[in-house]
Amino acid sequence: MYTASDLRKGLRIKIDNDPYIITEFNFVKPGKGQALYRCKLKNMVNGNQFERTFRSVDNFETADLQEKKMQYLYQEEGKYCFMDNQSYEQVFLAEEQVGDAKNFLLDNIEVEILFFEDRPLGISLPNFIDVTVIKADPWAKGDSVSGNTKPVTVQTGYQVQVPPFIEEGEKIRIDTRSGEYLTRVKG
Amino acid sequence: MDDDWRLPCKADVLRLRAAMNRAIRRFFLDRDFLEIETPIRIPAPAPESHIEPVTSGEWCLQTSPELCMKRLLAAGYPKIFQICKCFRAGERGAHHLPEFTMVEWYRAGTDYLTLMDDCEILIARIAEELGLGDTAYWHGRRICLTPPWERITVREAFARYAGLSLEEVLMRDRFDEIMVCAIEPHLGMERPVFLYEYPATLGALARVKAENQEVAERFELYIAGLELANAFSELTDPVEQRRRFEEASRNLRLKKCPTYPLPERFLASLSRMPPSAGIALGMDRLAMILADQITIDAVVAFTPESL
Repeated sequence: MYTASDLRKGLRIKIDNDPYIITEFNFVKPGKGQALYRCKLKNMVNGNQFERTFRSVDNFETADLQEKKMQYLYQEEGKYCFMDNQSYEQVFLAEEQVGDAKNFLLDNIEVEILFFEDRPLGISLPNFIDVTVIKADPWAKGDSVSGNTKPVTVQTGYQVQVPPFIEEGEKIRIDTRSGEYLTRVKG
Repeated sequence: MDDDWRLPCKADVLRLRAAMNRAIRRFFLDRDFLEIETPIRIPAPAPESHIEPVTSGEWCLQTSPELCMKRLLAAGYPKIFQICKCFRAGERGAHHLPEFTMVEWYRAGTDYLTLMDDCEILIARIAEELGLGDTAYWHGRRICLTPPWERITVREAFARYAGLSLEEVLMRDRFDEIMVCAIEPHLGMERPVFLYEYPATLGALARVKAENQEVAERFELYIAGLELANAFSELTDPVEQRRRFEEASRNLRLKKCPTYPLPERFLASLSRMPPSAGIALGMDRLAMILADQITIDAVVAFTPESL
């Protein structure tokens, strides 16, 4: 249980059975008046945001959130299956819960899944992954019109801009937060 | 952090604050005020529903120097001022520090309207001595400090900026919320504003108007949306003051806040206190305006978090 004076940016609380994260926080108070806690909250399930002003008498339930390490198994009809390697328990996430991470789900990759109570909310990937280029146009030497990059497709089906010297079959490293090419990986 | 030992970013603002202190002292000494010091650690603060003292052993740290200064008024010192630290538990935000600096002054034989004149002359003079002329530039705004400043009643402000009647707001217990969210952001954006005539229930140590018992002779000064000062025509009726203190104490006990004994020596002195007016002005916030800073952190050498 939290009271209003515990509120701060980044705190996660439960309102009406949903978990919320405080994205902005301001303490305000007329000199002789009540303390007020102005918050911007984001629903961690559907991403909806709203503003709310709390008073010092308000109480909040803690949001029971935990991250579990899980392994990606397979995808079927827009459902993504992950398994807890200790309990062998499996969970399914919908495509919108996986979001852009679906571009980087290598077979058997270990990810962290955030659970609210028993509901999976979303996944976080390692910051960097190494993937194989499965489709690339050959490097047309002297071709200055196409600029400094060209698009290639990697093993997950994701398309990314890379320098022109990257060829099919090579491994490259991608930053999963920006989705951008970082470097060529040797070996 | 080690590389912060010189606090280089604070140099200008610390010099400005020193100059503010000098200008304030000159202002009061020119007007025959007596500079005084009263104890910061006290056994019995004025109980206020929404102000929680910081405890210090069995006693507490002052939330304002009001009670001791009024005892000096009662003891026959008619014009007094002090620059001092005040402490309020749990108050921390972009405009709040749990330890902050106030300049507080009292005048016997006048009412709160005289204090509006004091504010106009004092702040205009500080700005001039700081080389700002008659204008403060704050957060891209130009705020004209030339008197006279705007004066609007609390009732007008609620009607003008929130489209609400005072009765409605008080009945729904939304006074503070609407004040902070809907009204304050408009106050004093072009020139400073005095918001005056507060509902009598919101002036625990203020006198009610003789011709209208619903209204307390209280004002707040706003510049750039910041609440800078709070002033009263002081209540001098010991019976009424005791009743209000007891009511506030009851509210505090209901909220399970720590309570202290009533300030009996202050109450005993009240019958000898001449009709007076008193005001507290937040120095840190005034420094924010004059130094064009949007957080209180920027105008103090150290925040509690940096200690």
